Amino acid sequence: MFLKDYIKDVFGAVKSLLIGMRRTGYYFTHHKEIITQQYPDNRDTLVLPERFRGEVVMPHDEKNEHRCTGCTACELACPNGTIKVITKFDITPEGKKKKAIDKLVYHLELCTMCNLCIEACPSDAIKMAQNFEHSVFDRSQLTKVLNKPGSKIMDGVE
Amino acid sequence: MIEELATTQEGDLVINVGPQHPSTHGVLHLVITMNGETIKKVEPHLGYIHRSIEKMCESLSFRQFIYVTSRMDYLSSHINNHGCALCVEKGLQIEVPARAQVIRVLMDELTRIASHVLWWGALAMDVGALTPFFHAFREREAINDIMEETCGARLTMNYMAPGGVMFDIHPNFQKRVHAFIELFKSKIDEYDELVTDNVIFKARMQGIGMLSYEDAISYGCSGPTARGSGVKCDIRKLYPYEIYNKLQFEEIIETGCDSYARYLVRMKEMRQSLSIIEQLIDNIPEGEFLAKTKAVLKLPKGEFYSKVETARGEFGVYIVSEGGTTPYRIKFRSPGFSNLSALDHMARGQKIGDLVAMMGSLDLVIPDIDR
Repeated sequence: MFLKDYIKDVFGAVKSLLIGMRRTGYYFTHHKEIITQQYPDNRDTLVLPERFRGEVVMPHDEKNEHRCTGCTACELACPNGTIKVITKFDITPEGKKKKAIDKLVYHLELCTMCNLCIEACPSDAIKMAQNFEHSVFDRSQLTKVLNKPGSKIMDGVE
Repeated sequence: MIEELATTQEGDLVINVGPQHPSTHGVLHLVITMNGETIKKVEPHLGYIHRSIEKMCESLSFRQFIYVTSRMDYLSSHINNHGCALCVEKGLQIEVPARAQVIRVLMDELTRIASHVLWWGALAMDVGALTPFFHAFREREAINDIMEETCGARLTMNYMAPGGVMFDIHPNFQKRVHAFIELFKSKIDEYDELVTDNVIFKARMQGIGMLSYEDAISYGCSGPTARGSGVKCDIRKLYPYEIYNKLQFEEIIETGCDSYARYLVRMKEMRQSLSIIEQLIDNIPEGEFLAKTKAVLKLPKGEFYSKVETARGEFGVYIVSEGGTTPYRIKFRSPGFSNLSALDHMARGQKIGDLVAMMGSLDLVIPDIDR
């Protein structure tokens, strides 16, 4: 009986190996099922989904206007201190003082792309961009000012 | 240290595995005392990746602290976030909309499959088969693409928010999940052909790393590690959260108590997760995906605990609140830490070559052990 079990084991083992090898052979002969993409070569065809979180940006329209009111909701929502809102006071034509942003400083090196600032923003002034290639030569280049120079708030955004 | 020297006899060999070693999947440092090739003692040294997450959470608000838990068990980050969101909802007594509950469970199960698939590839690589690793990453990529499209990130999603989920599902979500179900059904049979029935793999796994029913309980093991020893511990069955009590799925129990039993539990769990996804994907109810909450969340004074079943076991969140905007104290119960503590018991008297197979069957994720 021992011999019978022994031979049965040997044949079972060979069978299991052959089943595995059949799968290996299948992929060896089916090159079209290889799905590897070579990254820097496929940059032209690479499509990232629109929700992909790469970095925070502030969209400006063609008149160089943004929607940020300087309410600091994003600054308060950020868990890492990534965003710093520096405000100033504009004088309106009526002679009143009005709060506006001077600079919206964004530290990309601290950002974890958690999306909490975008959720918190009441006026949809900031959004996530799909750029994921963040390497730069100097750390100071990672600190960005999101509002463009000379930009001002869009009419009608409170 | 004194005790360590006392138990080491003359002729014993003390070797270090890690902190940088391919089979430890991170920075785990094992100090192994051996007599010849037989292991006498395994001592895990932790602390290489300690980031003090619990203390960090004390300075973050109840919305903010959820994202940090993605960095603990990064392979089931979505389920970790789920546990935290559940605990905050328990404190605030928010009713989660039905749509959000279904989306959460769907995402949880997709994450579970992604985590188990990666574990399968890594385990096969640990015991010497390199091909399954690439097969595993191919299917995991499909899940990551689904996550990327709906949640915006591939690994640290931060998709859970107190009261529901952050955004609604992507219009393509259902179509892509259907495609994934079709793909994965054929691929999981392929996994069985390649590895499960393989005679060499069986010889490496069977009878290795025995952990009895009693020991699994006394070491506090949970998840597939404990279920491989016959312990009923699936939180989804015992303490159902969200809609798990309305779903048809089995709790996988194996009584082999060895590494192979733990392997089988995870392989069968993947099929169960797939069946849960199949049940839910066409039945996502319409409605709100996020309940209305206040801008600043303040938990009432008291203590709150909630637990979820991650891919590795029971993940518990314990919040002590003093009534403020930040937690007074947070404690995470991570499954990996308890599962790792059973490694010493399993490895004693076994050969050094089998240690990697035992570690692989525990499915260790080091940032989860060492928060």
